[in-house]
Amino acid sequence: MTAQLVAPKERKVAQKRIALTGNHAVALAVKMARVEVIAAYPITPQTPVVERLAEYVNNGELDAEYIPVESEHSAMSAVIGASAMGARTFTETSSQGLYHMYENLPIAVGLRLPVVMGMAVRTISAPINVWGDYSDVMAMRELGWIIYVTQSAQEAFDTVIQAYRVAEDSRVHLPAVVAYDGFWTSHVLQPLDVPEDEEEVVRYAPITRSWVKLDVDNPAQLGAVGTPEWYWEIRWQAVEALRTSLKVIQEADEEYGKVFGRSYGILTPYRLEDAELAIVAYGSIFGIVKKVVDRLRREGVRSGALKLRVLRPWPGDMIKKLLEHVDKVAVIDRAINHGGPLYGPMAVEIAATIQKPVYNVLATIGMRAIDSDMIYDAAVKIHRGLWAPNTPYTVGLRGYE
Amino acid sequence: MKAAEEYPGLYEYANFELPQEELFLPGHGLCAGCTIGVIARHMLKVLGPDTIVVNPTGCAEVSTVVYPRTNWAVPWMHVAFGNGGSVASGIEAAIKVLKRRGVIDPNRKINVVVFAGDGGTADIGFQALSGMFERGHKVIYVMYDNEGYMNTGIQRSGTTPFGASATTAPAGRKVPGNVTHKKPMAAIAAAHGIPYVATANPAYVHDMVYKFKKAAEAEGPSFLHILQSCTPGWRFEPKYAIRVLELATETGYWVNYEIDHGEFRVTLPVPKRKPVKCFLELQGRFKHLKPEEVEAIQAVIDRDVEEINRIVGKEVIGPVDPSLPCITPRGAR
Ligand SMILES: Cc1ncc(C[n+]2csc(CCOP(=O)(O)OP(=O)(O)O)c2C)c(N)n1
Repeated sequence: MTAQLVAPKERKVAQKRIALTGNHAVALAVKMARVEVIAAYPITPQTPVVERLAEYVNNGELDAEYIPVESEHSAMSAVIGASAMGARTFTETSSQGLYHMYENLPIAVGLRLPVVMGMAVRTISAPINVWGDYSDVMAMRELGWIIYVTQSAQEAFDTVIQAYRVAEDSRVHLPAVVAYDGFWTSHVLQPLDVPEDEEEVVRYAPITRSWVKLDVDNPAQLGAVGTPEWYWEIRWQAVEALRTSLKVIQEADEEYGKVFGRSYGILTPYRLEDAELAIVAYGSIFGIVKKVVDRLRREGVRSGALKLRVLRPWPGDMIKKLLEHVDKVAVIDRAINHGGPLYGPMAVEIAATIQKPVYNVLATIGMRAIDSDMIYDAAVKIHRGLWAPNTPYTVGLRGYE
Repeated sequence: MKAAEEYPGLYEYANFELPQEELFLPGHGLCAGCTIGVIARHMLKVLGPDTIVVNPTGCAEVSTVVYPRTNWAVPWMHVAFGNGGSVASGIEAAIKVLKRRGVIDPNRKINVVVFAGDGGTADIGFQALSGMFERGHKVIYVMYDNEGYMNTGIQRSGTTPFGASATTAPAGRKVPGNVTHKKPMAAIAAAHGIPYVATANPAYVHDMVYKFKKAAEAEGPSFLHILQSCTPGWRFEPKYAIRVLELATETGYWVNYEIDHGEFRVTLPVPKRKPVKCFLELQGRFKHLKPEEVEAIQAVIDRDVEEINRIVGKEVIGPVDPSLPCITPRGAR
């Protein structure tokens, strides 16, 4: 409901309501963005995206080159090559596939190529587990990519389109990843609104080709050796571009709201205004987190929630402002920061941002199911002072708490 | 493979004029006596300005494009070590779709070249190369083979020959240097069924440039395996950079051939061979070899030559003639 809360009422563009899984919603967004080169390698749970895109291309519904590469390392390499040539590109992966790409991820940043990647998140081996948690995308935080984390099929669809507009903006020129829950979003059929006229999407996010390209009429060298005299300055431009992108992300989201009637903000606060206890979360579980907030409120606990939508660039000032007045902040992390200062990556970042201890809650690891009762129990423990801040707590793990 | 037709004697020399224009510019940081520059320069003379070069990590990359300078007057791109084939696949695919969408003039012929070392081709980049061949991208893949990881200081690669001393396969008391044999990259490339594969040697420039031309004309992927002499890696005096490459061919260690749509042809016949010791002796990396080890290398070459003659159907590479001097004075050949 959050999306609708923020969105302006009037809808400029005619839309139709359909039902799609998260994966197929992403594939549709990619098609509507008139992507030009797709490089694809299957891995659960994202595979239906690249399968659907192959159908679009083979049926003539999308005029693109589809490269069925032989690995994710090559998938990322091929979209880097195609993007360097000036094409709008897409690839998608999960889990081990991302780790197999890893070497090339910072290269897309350093070359300032607006590659857009989807990610149906999945945990990492070992033991092998094909189910959803956020271990994969969290491993991208240091690389310079724009990182979106979305809650639903609709949000994933809308965000892929926004991502093209942001990545290709001449103030940005950075790659972007759009993540969503493996299975809980990727494989669940959900209703979503999509523009009736696909042209609206390219009108909103036209292919700019404004980045530095391989052009035989204007030869440039992409990826030259950066000696100590130069590397830092060049890299710093990417740092600055990522910082600047926050503004562009916001603009793109607001403009999207005006055209398509849905916007999400950089962060989604829920009943935070007077909260004494806040639950920070990301991905599809935000729906049940809101239920917990409502229940706690009914029981007299002034609670609220905050959904993280953009992890990079980190919207630190906004988070600080939203959580300033909150006494107790719990962060539900869905990935493990093995041996870290806190055991959840977002717990670490929120704690560093608000400069207060946080309640470090791990949940859904390896897609262990949780329900709102379990989050409620955790929140009650925090509220009653039964849990200590800066200590890892687990929800749903047998034999531990 | 079909045996070659009547061999015309010399290969088709000077079938086309090379332009004066230099697209591989002077002022690079390659070693004295390095033949990478010879290959790159002639490659661009043939391919011309409408060429995009993908250059995986290695000597060529670190020595020619140190920001803010460059030796390449064409668009050039480095991504990583192991992905020349897949980066080029993406570029080639992008050119296709951008032509269809009218962003690039559909009549414009743009060459996409991968210029990669032996490690980036035969080892870490092998998968990306194979994928590129399999999918049929129209890319010219040029492998300059200095027979080791020279950029990181002479470690062995999949194309380091038997007996060569490398820092990760040093000649020791137990083992005489590298104990594996050179990976037959041209044959492996040809096994993918791609339209054009050739071996070349910068000591025979006309043969090499002709092969660049044929590679550019191929209607699918093409692969050129080019021997490249390396002063520090092979340990010879810089003045022998071309001489050592000549000896590679004159001894039958290296045979220049092409496989054009499956048709195998030796493009540089050697009626009488010099013993391989002529090639080995000039180089420090083989200095430790005992006579019986040199004999073993000679035996392998003899076998390879026999096989090539069998494929061609006649003796294109002749027998060893021990009376030939190792170093032939210039002009006497
Ligand atoms: C790096 C990485 N990419 C993708 C996958 C997903 N994946 C698991 S099995 C598989 C296909 C295996 O195919 P094949 O080797 O032919 O064996 P088969 O399933 O046919 O027995 C893929 C793509 C993975 N596990 N790791």
